[in-house]
Order: sequence, then C-alpha cells, then structure tokens
Amino acid sequence: MNLYPFAMEILQVLILLVVGPVFVGWVRVLKCWAQGRSSAGLFQPYRDLRKLFSKDVVLAENASWIFRFTPYLVFGTAVLAGGIIPILSTDLPLGATADVIVLVALFAIARFFTALAGLDIGTAFGGMGSSREMTIASLAEPAMLMAIFTMSLASRSTSLSHMAQLVMSGQSVMRPSVLFALLAFILITLAETGRIPVDNPATHLELTMIHEAMILEYSGRHLALIEWASMMKLFLFTSLGIAVFAPWGIASSADLIAVGAAFFFMLLKLGVVGAGLVLIETGLAKMRLFRLTEFLGSAFLLATLGMLSYFILE
Amino acid sequence: MSILKDAISAQLGGEVQFIEGYQHPARTVYCSVPREKFVDAAKAMKKAYALLVAEWAADETPLGRGYAIFACYRWGHEYLIVKTEAPAGAPEFPSLAKQFLPAWRFERQIQSLMGVTPLDHPDTRPWIKFEDWPADAWPLRKSFDSSKPLPRVEGEYQWIKAEGEGVYEIPVGPVHAGIIEPGHFRFQAIGEDVLNLEERLGYVHKGIEKRFESLSWEEGARLAARVSGDTTVAHGLGYCMALESMAGCDVPERAHWLRALFLERERIANHLGDIGAICNDAAFAFMLYQMMRLKEMLLRTNHQLFGHRFIMDRVIPGGVAADIDPAGREAVLSELDMLSGDFERLVVIYDENPSLEDRVRNTGILTPEKAREICAVGIVARASGLNLDCRIFNPFPPYDQYDRLELGVPVMITGDVHARTWVRIQEVRESVRILRWILEHLPSGEIAAPCGTPAPDKAGFAAVEGWRGEIIYWLQSGPAGEVNRCMVRDPSSVNWIGLEQAIHGNIVPDFPLCNKSFNQSYSGHDL
Repeated sequence: MNLYPFAMEILQVLILLVVGPVFVGWVRVLKCWAQGRSSAGLFQPYRDLRKLFSKDVVLAENASWIFRFTPYLVFGTAVLAGGIIPILSTDLPLGATADVIVLVALFAIARFFTALAGLDIGTAFGGMGSSREMTIASLAEPAMLMAIFTMSLASRSTSLSHMAQLVMSGQSVMRPSVLFALLAFILITLAETGRIPVDNPATHLELTMIHEAMILEYSGRHLALIEWASMMKLFLFTSLGIAVFAPWGIASSADLIAVGAAFFFMLLKLGVVGAGLVLIETGLAKMRLFRLTEFLGSAFLLATLGMLSYFILE
Repeated sequence: MSILKDAISAQLGGEVQFIEGYQHPARTVYCSVPREKFVDAAKAMKKAYALLVAEWAADETPLGRGYAIFACYRWGHEYLIVKTEAPAGAPEFPSLAKQFLPAWRFERQIQSLMGVTPLDHPDTRPWIKFEDWPADAWPLRKSFDSSKPLPRVEGEYQWIKAEGEGVYEIPVGPVHAGIIEPGHFRFQAIGEDVLNLEERLGYVHKGIEKRFESLSWEEGARLAARVSGDTTVAHGLGYCMALESMAGCDVPERAHWLRALFLERERIANHLGDIGAICNDAAFAFMLYQMMRLKEMLLRTNHQLFGHRFIMDRVIPGGVAADIDPAGREAVLSELDMLSGDFERLVVIYDENPSLEDRVRNTGILTPEKAREICAVGIVARASGLNLDCRIFNPFPPYDQYDRLELGVPVMITGDVHARTWVRIQEVRESVRILRWILEHLPSGEIAAPCGTPAPDKAGFAAVEGWRGEIIYWLQSGPAGEVNRCMVRDPSSVNWIGLEQAIHGNIVPDFPLCNKSFNQSYSGHDL
C-alpha cells in the first residue's frame, strides 16, 4: 500500500490549520499598511485564538445542543475540506471520493448549522444574521456551482484533482470561459468569506453584521473554533481558486522536491491574492445590504456567460 | 424693534408683561404671561415662524414664589423667553406639545424631574427618570434631599408596539459593542425595513443640573465643562457667558478672541473625528485612520499649547485661563497648513469614491420640513436647509465683525448622511480659515477680568454655537445671590428626535451610518 497520498492528506490538513491564520494575519498586515498604520504582526491571529481558548465558555440558558455542537461541526467541515482541495498535491485519496459538489455541500452544512445556532438562542441579532446569511447563500451557492462547472466542462469531471491536472497540462489556459468563471469566482469568494464590500469582518456594529451577527453569543473555545474555521475558510476559498484557475506548481507526482516547490508556490500565490484582497477591501465601502442581490446576480450572470461561451467559442 | 415681541403683544395684548429687571444679552426679550395664556403665546410664536429652543421649569420657592415654567423661542437672531408661574399647591401648566414637537420631551422631563405636570400632554411616560425611582421623587425640587438613597420600586416602561405578520422588534443597547455612551434603541421592522424607531435615553443621568445648585458660581464653570466631554469648550463658554451676562462682567477683547480660537479648534477636532467615523461605519476604514491622525495632531498641539488635549477648564468666568504666545501662534499656523493640505486630499478621496457615495447619499433623510418641525439645531439643521448659526445670529467678538471675518455658513437641503458629512467638511475648511484670521488679528491685552457674583433673583442666558450646534445656558440666582437653577440645553436634546424621524424608510443595517452622521451626545442630553 502506498502511504504517500495519505501523508499528503495529513500534510495538507496541517498546512490548512497552520497557514490559515497566518494568511489572515498577512491580509491584516497589508491592510494596516494600506491605511497608513502599523500592524499587530503576522501572528496576531494565533494570539487571538490562544486568548479565546484560554477563556471560559458562557452559554445562554436556553442554548440547545445545536448551539454547542455547531462550533465543532463548522471546524470539522473546514478541516475535511482541506483534504479535498488540492493545496499541495493532486494525488489525494479523499479527492477521488469527494468532488466539487461535495465541497460546496460541506460549506453549506457548516452554514446551515451556523444559521441554526444563530436562531437557537433567540436573540434579535442572531435571527437577523441568519436571515441575511441565508439570503446570501441562496444566491452565492448556485453561482459558485455554475462557475466551477464551467471549469469542469473542459475536464469532463467534477473532481478537483482532474481539473487542476488538466489546466497544468496546458490544455485549458486563458479561454474566455475561464476568464468569465474566474471573475464570477472572485465575486463569490468575497461574499462567501464575508469580506468587504459584502460583509465587514472587523465591525462592531451589530445591526450591520451578517456572519458575525450569527456568532455574537459565542465565547471561549466555541468562538475560537468558529474563528479558526472562518480563517481556514478564507484560505480554502483561495486555495480552491488557485487549484481551479492557477494550479501551476501543485505537485502531481510523488516527489519531495515537487512538494517543497508546491509549498513555495502556494505561499507566493497566497501573498499575491492577499494583496489583491486588500486592494479591494481598502478601496471599497461596504455595499448596502440590498445591493447584494445585484452583486451576486452579476456573479451568476458571469458564470453563465462563461458556460455559454464554452459551448459557442470552444 | 423685535418681531417676536410684536407678535406676542399682538396676540395677547395687555396680558403679557415684559420684564426688564432680568439681565440678558441684547436682543433677548423676557416676558411673563398668565398660565392660561401660555399656549396662546406659543401659538403666536408659531404664527411668527419662531422655533422652540427650550422649555424648562424652575423651583422658585426660595424666592417666595411657586414654580416657574419657561419657554424660549428663537426667530433668526432674536430670543424670546416666555415665563408663566404655577403655585406650589397646584404644580401644573398647559402643554405646548401640540404646538411645538420638541416640547414633547422637554415637558416629560419637567414632569419627571421637577414634578410640574403638563396638562393635556399626550404622553405621560417618564423621560430620563427611570421606573425604579419612586413616582414622587422629583430631584430638581428644592425639597428633594439628594444626600439620601432612594428606595427602589417596581415598574416597567411602556414601549410603543407594532403588531402584524412579520413584524419583529430589535432591542439595541443600552450597552453597545463599540466604545460609545449608553442609550436604548428599539426598532420595529418588517424584514430589513424599519417601521419605527423609539429611543430611550437617560442611562447617563448624573444629576448635573441639581449639582450646579450646590456649587459656587466659579465651581459651576468646571462642572459645565464636564457636561459633555467632547464639547467641553462650548459648554464651559455657554455657562461663563450666561454668568457674565448676570454679573455684568466685562470680558477683555483678547479673551473673547481666544475663546473663539478654542471653540474653532474644538469644532475642527470633532468634525474630523466624525467624518472619519461616518466613513468607517460604511466599512471605509482608511478614512477613519487618516482623520484620526489629523485629529490627534490637533489634540497634541492643544496639550502642548494650552495644557489640555480638549482645552478643558481653559474658559473661566471673566475670560480664559490660557494664552498663546508668538511661538504658539507659529506652531498653530504651520499645523494648520499641514492639516488643510492633508484634509483636502482626503476630501477628494471621500468625494470621488462611488461605493462610499452610494452609501451616504439618500440615506437617513431628514427633510427640511421635519427639521423645522423638530426645531433642529446645528449641523443637523444646516444639513436640512435651516440656516442657523449662533456665531452669526448671536455673536461675540470676533464673530461680530461680519464684514472683516466674512463667516460662511454651509447649508445643504438634501438632509441625508452625505449632507451632514459635507456640512462638517465645509465647516472644517471655514474653521481653519477663521483660526488663521484670528491668529493674524489677535488683539493684545488682558486675558481675564475679575467677575463678580450676581445679585439675588437675577437670570442669565447664553447661546453658543458648539460643534454640534446651539448650546443654551440659563442661570438663575437665589435670594442670597447663590445658584438657584442652571438649565442646560445641549443640541442633542432636540436633535435626537431628528434621528427617529430620519430612519423612517431606511433599512436596519443603515441605522449605524445614520446615527453616526447625527452623532448626538448622550451625556449632554441625559444630564
């Protein structure tokens, strides 16, 4: 039995856990510089997590098992997703069993339970956040599937590993359909990971929150797990985008040097994506809530255009 | 020649008595009417297009009288104070709430704190006072012993209810997630659309008005400087000017100019902070940090030159307690050059960012009609088409040199968040110009004059344009020349009502932006 794929699987999950917070730290550092102030450093997210883990959990009296279970579920799905997306290697045992539809479903499960948990304790903010989150979900998830399906048309497969390998083999570069799908994917990533202009991860204003409103009542290790999971989510979406649209460098053979190179390329791409994200987040104000439908509507439209142009032009 | 004086004479004829004995700044008319004519006087004022500035009560039992109820009206540069009396045995007066909207809360406050009942008032719920106080505890009465703890009683505030399918309530506060003062906002909403917003304030009631009565006149100036920390100069100035008008104190010219200097520095600092905070509430954090940097620069210069970041306690009765030397003058001038350069660059960023523009335009509109109705003041009023500015209408030197200073008052008519931001931007520019002008023409001389104490049974009045708007102080001396009553009306007392009106037709997540564009004081309102 070949142990290499399993070792890769474990390595990917470890990288997800470790690099996820650093990536968020990197985005924050760049953001501070863009706003003309000094930053708290790359590793501040670790300190935040350590602080939260060392705090007690305060539970609402009427919190049910859903509220207590959700942080573990959200964390678990994020870790699992790290085993599906080709971050370092396309040779993943889980990647063969779980395709992109499973991935979207994993994120949907986490979202579903977070929304339930927001409703569970019965505060006005929780319900408000859940309602907004589900509005976004209903628009973002179809658009995301559309965008990824456009990419899978070329590889005739919904497996992420196959899609990545196909792009790397040079058969599917910079076609109009890819560009449309990429644009759509960027818009969806902003919405799904709760970044400006859709949501503001740094706000204290309860009435404007989307994702944060649902988790307002969480504290201690529960909050730490959710925060960690949302840091991983940003990393995962970035990795997904890289795997589908720019996978060059991801190891496709069982070779330690290739894996090392893959890690190096991953860091490089993350750095660039982080800078792009900061440019968007610094230059834009948050949208009015009801502009979201237009925003995600255009994401869906772009993805559809991508799919159409595949059939018409290619 | 006074429009308001003529209007009230025409309506009430011989029943209105003009009082000359109370000293006031020029152009403030003082009159008393019988209790049953109090509403008629208000109607005459309404007809003359006057706005209600404040309504308050004073316990005049130490002076051998009962309770006095005052209503102050403004028309342009004129102030008219109508007084009516209620005997101690029957502490009641006819309500003005149906004539003037801000009387609604003023009268609830009079009822709660002074125990003088507004008759026919549509809303008898307490205001500022909380239910766990005994109903007959009226702290502003002279008979109230503030040294004794009060027993707690049971009670519940009755909120306005909205019912129907899909209607839900969002209670926000009193404790908020940010570092701001406490206040409770209750929304009724369908989906994200706000049906109604009801404010409840009073969580920072500190008994300031009562506290004035146990202090000397000089100590009062220090307390006034602490009514609302971000407006320390304007509040201190309002108190001092009211006191000086009573005591007949002649403030040296240079002191007046330095007061204007402090006032404008306070205005710039607060406006900078507000402009940044408004943008930050639309998640445009860049602006916040840049504006805070400029504000911090200003505050540090304040500390270096005047010994306090917010210039607290530098305005004293009779003058000021801090002077500026030629080196300080140079420091301020070079700081202003740097500030206005950076500021203009930031204004371009604000003005040319479409995503930000989309948030601030057409959000939280307070129409000019509503602004008039609620008798709004200050930046809120000027963003909604009301041309009000005490620096023009009720000036002290150097503002009275119209032809030399040429003070510009920005007025917008759209009444949205952008208008309130843009009025602030324009005022920063104008204040920078005024500061330069003051420093250029600053007269020499003393910076303080001795200020005596007022004679018994006198009243003093002052209106000062703080950065939020018109601040009113009304002081009254008792039988031994001590403080009998100090009425403070922060702009927030009227402008908070404007926020309730401006949020109609908006969505819940736009509320913080609207609220920040008003940025009213909780402390100044709750007293």
